Amino acid sequence: MTEGEKATIIVHSGEFDKVYSALIMGTGALSMGMDVSMYFTFWGLERLKKDELDKGPLSRMNFFGLGKWFMKRKLKKSNVRELDALLEDFNELGGKILACDMTIDIMDINKEDLRDEVITDYCAVGTYIKEAKESEVTLFI
Amino acid sequence: MSASKNVDVLGETCPVPLVETRKAVRKASPGDVIEVVGNHPESKEEIPMAVDELGLELLEIKEKGDKWKIRIKIPEED
Repeated sequence: MTEGEKATIIVHSGEFDKVYSALIMGTGALSMGMDVSMYFTFWGLERLKKDELDKGPLSRMNFFGLGKWFMKRKLKKSNVRELDALLEDFNELGGKILACDMTIDIMDINKEDLRDEVITDYCAVGTYIKEAKESEVTLFI
Repeated sequence: MSASKNVDVLGETCPVPLVETRKAVRKASPGDVIEVVGNHPESKEEIPMAVDELGLELLEIKEKGDKWKIRIKIPEED
């Protein structure tokens, strides 16, 4: 039984497909009984602004948004759950969302622009390292 | 034994069958039986993995065509 086992995921990228990977992995780990913390930093943190979660471009073949439009169509056709719903699942299953304090400073993000209701806490690198040391799985996306 | 909770994930894909199963498990009480019905092929393999990881009891896996049904029991408290 994996009770108490941990996964920590750094979400450094803000691209649509990478945020998808991160949230699927996060909800997947929670579903397998692990505790999960997702650390949003740099371009990843931009996605925690209000109404921005699915606004990133594709990491490849974006073609000024045409590629993303096509990808979104494919996702819908395959009945893949939308990012907002996955984030809700993540919260419902008890996952933690951590926002990097330093990124807020260097990228001139207003805290008021961030979705406070989904952010569990604000933190710095020490918190991540401490949790990562106790984790069975850690990913950098 | 009839199921005390039903999870219908027909037509759903990764990670939804796993996520919805986990949600039902979290809401269940000791002794409850959860019945998950779906047709996502990988989830038929992965839900039993999660059952194992979560220390639950796998009662049965039934298949009919593309559809599968998995019955899970939440262990009674000692």
